[in-house]
Amino acid sequence: MCPLLGLAVLIAGFALRINPLLVVVAAALASGIGAGLSPVAVVAALGKAFNSARYVSVPWIILPIIGLLERAGLRERARTIVGDMAAATTGRLLLVYLVFRQLTSAVGLTAIAGHAQTVRPLLAPMAEAAAERADPAITRAGRQRVRAMAAATDNVGMFFGEDIFLAVASILLIKGFLESQGIIVSPLQLSVWAIPTAVAALVIHGTRVLRLDRKA
Amino acid sequence: MIGLPFVYTIAGCVFGAWAVLTVIDRTQPRRWTSAAFWGLLALSFLAGDRLGDLGNGVLVLALVIIGGTGWLGRADPPTTSDAERAVSAARLGNKLLLPALIVPAVALIGTLAAPVLGFIEVKQVTLVCLAAGAVVAVIVTAIWLLPPPLAPLQEGRRLVSQIGWAIILPQMLASLGAVFALAGVGGIVGGVVGGLIPDGARFAAVLAFTLGMAGFTMVMGNAFAAFPVMMAAVGLPVLVFAQGGNPAIVAAIGMLAGFCGTLMTPMAANFNIVPAALLELDDRNGVIKAQVATALPLLAINTLLIWGLAFR
Repeated sequence: MCPLLGLAVLIAGFALRINPLLVVVAAALASGIGAGLSPVAVVAALGKAFNSARYVSVPWIILPIIGLLERAGLRERARTIVGDMAAATTGRLLLVYLVFRQLTSAVGLTAIAGHAQTVRPLLAPMAEAAAERADPAITRAGRQRVRAMAAATDNVGMFFGEDIFLAVASILLIKGFLESQGIIVSPLQLSVWAIPTAVAALVIHGTRVLRLDRKA
Repeated sequence: MIGLPFVYTIAGCVFGAWAVLTVIDRTQPRRWTSAAFWGLLALSFLAGDRLGDLGNGVLVLALVIIGGTGWLGRADPPTTSDAERAVSAARLGNKLLLPALIVPAVALIGTLAAPVLGFIEVKQVTLVCLAAGAVVAVIVTAIWLLPPPLAPLQEGRRLVSQIGWAIILPQMLASLGAVFALAGVGGIVGGVVGGLIPDGARFAAVLAFTLGMAGFTMVMGNAFAAFPVMMAAVGLPVLVFAQGGNPAIVAAIGMLAGFCGTLMTPMAANFNIVPAALLELDDRNGVIKAQVATALPLLAINTLLIWGLAFR
């Protein structure tokens, strides 16, 4: 049971709100040493894994273009667009984005939107501008809730759209795992079963974002 | 073939430029350690394959010490004022949105064209197109707007330093997953969950499977890590073989139950923690709190879907 020490360190570290980077290294050491590895071996394993996971950090190279456009007033422009559309309430904006994100993810275009590409420069300022118009006395906490909901809408839309696409990583992982156990399924057989949950996600999250308007 | 080396070279150059700009910025707090942070990341991207496992491990420890102890400062390079941005936004109008569409457009065209073109590695097409699109978008915008030459890198540095240490958290968590796998954590967790299920109780077994998927995903930060563990411990032996469930339904909806867990954990840093930094939220867990009320009902629905659909 000793490798589970790592899980205990992880949960305790997050609960105590210690810096997550330190928690991750401590958890890796606890787990590895618990499994009988030497500390040096754990550090080497961590380094090897970090090196082969570099692709995870590649998307940051989108920041220069986003920053360049923000410098020229992209966020201000996004707010103005909402200001010109009286029908654009916070809830309706987020609902339209949710549908857009689910549909584009369902055809494999997960990379066309995201927190750095669309949420920070476009969706969050738009949703916030709409919330300000509905309630000019909106509090700082209220603004932050709207922004958090914009990020949440991007996540929900992508997570519960992408599995409808045949060639997404999770479908290929499922297919590969089942195949290794002697069960042959086609990607289509798997991806159709993502549709009921996608509809449920649209209904549940869609209802929640529309309720933002009623509160305002 | 254009593949990961091309992408990593571009990323390494961007991080390297941020390191240099940090060193020469006299207003940068924690100047030397901050520059070291970006420099080490550049080193990892440009020469990671030549450092050896232990060398990379030491590099990781150095990054964690700088990032975890507050030695990474926030940059404030010169930029336009709010008033200048408002004027510029009014002058440029909706044309300002067009460069933002270059990256998705390149991604779309590249994904469709890669098999025909033949010189892009098909498995890496998303990252290659992202990198190429980011470069093209910067060049087009710079020619159009004629900002100061260093503006793209400086504005990128402003944003990246706003995110701060959280920038390497997703990669660190992916690495932790690999160490957990090496230590055999998954097998033990699967055994514990499998042992909790009473014999022959179908709903209890489905519930243990979906809760196990969501819970272990929360710990690992990634449904992909939880899936093989829970499928091997509960999904296949209990739901499929003992109860006769449809493996495609159990597996597909089980994965989505895991995604519900992703919405509720700080371990899924790039979805939950990084956006909190990007959107300048006071509460690091603000995005997670906004998602719980969607994730829990959806988890219940996934449980009912497997229970109702898989055993017909």
